[in-house]
Amino acid sequence: MALKKNRVEMPVQDPKERKSNFDEVALGYTEEMALEEASRCLNCKKPFCVDGCPVNVNIPGFIKLITEKKYQEAINVVKATNSLPAVCGRVCPQETQCESKCILGRRGEPVAIGRLERFVADWEMKHGEAEIPEIKPNGKKVAIVGAGPAGLTCAGDLARLGYEVTIFESLHEPGGVLIYGIPEFRLPKEIVRKEVDYVKRLGVKIETSFIVGRTMTVDELFENGFDAVFIGSGAGLPIFMNIPGENLNGVYSANEYLTRINLMKAYKFPEFDTPIVSGKKVAVVGAGNVAMDAVRCALRLGAEKAMIVYRRGREEMPARAEEIHHAEEEGVEFHLLTNPVRILGDENGWVKGMECIRMELGEPDASGRRRPVPVPGSEFVMDVDTVIMALGTRPNPILVQTTEGLDAHNWGGLITGDQRGRTTRPRVWAGGDAVTGAATVIQAMGAGKAAAKDIHEYLQSGSTDW
Amino acid sequence: MNQILKKRVLTPVTKEIVVSAPHIARKAQPGQFVILRVTEEGERIPLTIADFDREAGTITLVYQEVGYTTRLLGKLEPNDCILDLAGPLGLPAELPEKGRVVAVGGGVGVAPLLPKCKELHRRGINLISIIGARSADLIILEEEMRACSDELHICTDDGSRGFKGFVSDKLKELLETSLKPEDIDEVIAIGPIPMMKATCAVTKEFGLKTWVSMNPIMVDGTGMCGACRVTVGGETKFACVDGPMFDGHLVDWDEAWRRANSYREQEQIANERCRCGGDH
Repeated sequence: MALKKNRVEMPVQDPKERKSNFDEVALGYTEEMALEEASRCLNCKKPFCVDGCPVNVNIPGFIKLITEKKYQEAINVVKATNSLPAVCGRVCPQETQCESKCILGRRGEPVAIGRLERFVADWEMKHGEAEIPEIKPNGKKVAIVGAGPAGLTCAGDLARLGYEVTIFESLHEPGGVLIYGIPEFRLPKEIVRKEVDYVKRLGVKIETSFIVGRTMTVDELFENGFDAVFIGSGAGLPIFMNIPGENLNGVYSANEYLTRINLMKAYKFPEFDTPIVSGKKVAVVGAGNVAMDAVRCALRLGAEKAMIVYRRGREEMPARAEEIHHAEEEGVEFHLLTNPVRILGDENGWVKGMECIRMELGEPDASGRRRPVPVPGSEFVMDVDTVIMALGTRPNPILVQTTEGLDAHNWGGLITGDQRGRTTRPRVWAGGDAVTGAATVIQAMGAGKAAAKDIHEYLQSGSTDW
Repeated sequence: MNQILKKRVLTPVTKEIVVSAPHIARKAQPGQFVILRVTEEGERIPLTIADFDREAGTITLVYQEVGYTTRLLGKLEPNDCILDLAGPLGLPAELPEKGRVVAVGGGVGVAPLLPKCKELHRRGINLISIIGARSADLIILEEEMRACSDELHICTDDGSRGFKGFVSDKLKELLETSLKPEDIDEVIAIGPIPMMKATCAVTKEFGLKTWVSMNPIMVDGTGMCGACRVTVGGETKFACVDGPMFDGHLVDWDEAWRRANSYREQEQIANERCRCGGDH
């Protein structure tokens, strides 16, 4: 059989339609499409793709089962190492991970691994009840701080090993960034709820509206009988530019903007009670995945002009290629090599414009990307009525401030010795954005997984060394 | 969880509830607040903890039915539960160990003022309190305030009770007559933004250190969103994690007022719905 150079296209909602609704953009493969795409996999003896996956999913294994139409077995293979496959199939940056290693990528397009992962995960949600393995309780208790990707993964793995696991979540709904950050059109909340339900069915308890560090400290968790604590509290603090006018009405952090829309469902106001004021001319500052999510939300809330404003160039944009592509299809404008210097307000204190300066690229900086340098005298005013700051986030300092012996770097990330996630405080592990700063869902899951393995080894060894 | 044990109507628009919340009661300090949500479609709003009882595992919340969510909360009765209740949030108030303090409370601001006053009284501080409202029937927690104050002054805008005028006017009068500014260690002023602004203008004139408690719009209340940004001494602070108490002489009041009114149009839409019965 001749090799097909190109992957099977993903069906998507028409850009003209979708830019005014919050329904999912990528519609998923049909069975025929999945079979055709799965048949492209060479089932390599040495599968590089597996090395490219932070949780080492047996990729050729599950794809082969798809070609045999054994979908339940295929999803079981994925779930053996990945407890959130429906999420990862949608939001993982596969092009820089598993798919970047695929041998087919040398001559043509790599196998669409993410799309196939999504296919089997969705198949299970539609056709069957996820199988719950038999679990023997081992009598030990682990507390998890934060019900995001790192915490859910760590909790799921420990529950399977027999631990009594409780997740403490500060918001009223579990899911972390999957619930408050990533919009419905990219990751339907129903999917997240089902993945969370699966973790609960493994026996994990989730306490919402419980802020570790305030409602109870880490020390008090130990006093209450927990044998170990895993911190997966994410990177929730928004970064602002500290430019004049940033506190005008109509300036949001991307965190606030997206939390109002996703967690609080402000796009359904007044059916839901939380309001949002999103204007007709919206500028989103930044070019990561969060910026793309925010700018595409702005379109869906009725913006006539939705703009990305980014100080570097196209090549440097950190967002996934697919998100940038979808944003462009929907009509988002990209103002590159442009940096805001101040936000202008009207007589009532609402945003009426944003003064920017043109940038050019100089020598590479610490990140390896070319450093943007302002072009003197190139200031100009953009006509905007809403500004959203999507410049990244930092970990919340609350746990460091309230936990004896828990140390963090100056920028807020928790210090861990190695890949196992041990912090400077005995019996406290950490992983995900709380350690790395804002990164990806799958990296957080990988860290949660590694910590679960080490927590198990540590608690079973009976060692008190740290 | 979060069951309402007692409910008291303080004025036609102000209610007090005692809620079972053992975790929060165990950790609460004067000055801290909770975030709550009443329905599945509901918004998250902050309310200052007006009192707490660690033994009984309860906290007391006092709220004025000014907006959609506080009205929904007002419909809950004893035995009902608050859907979501998170806390205690924010930094505890830094209160002096000795000396003399003037506490100024406007309207429903007397509720967040009370736990600080109780603690000051417990510490043996000489406490002079000034509380006020638009009219006599809107004065709240008078007996509780009297119990922990060495002197209590009542003011009403319409003169229906006590001093006729604003609490800031009464403070000014006292400072010009019976109270010596040099005998006062600090002032705590809590209430609506115009009242705190006016009080700070008076205390600035007399060189008195003044703490205020900001109550801006919040979403998560844990430092995540930045909705509660307030400019203090030229720097942006988050009221939820850096406050809610700040040096009142450093607060940008005009900005705070403007930001507090960001959603006025949407609030009207929501209130219309509430008045018509709505779906709740």
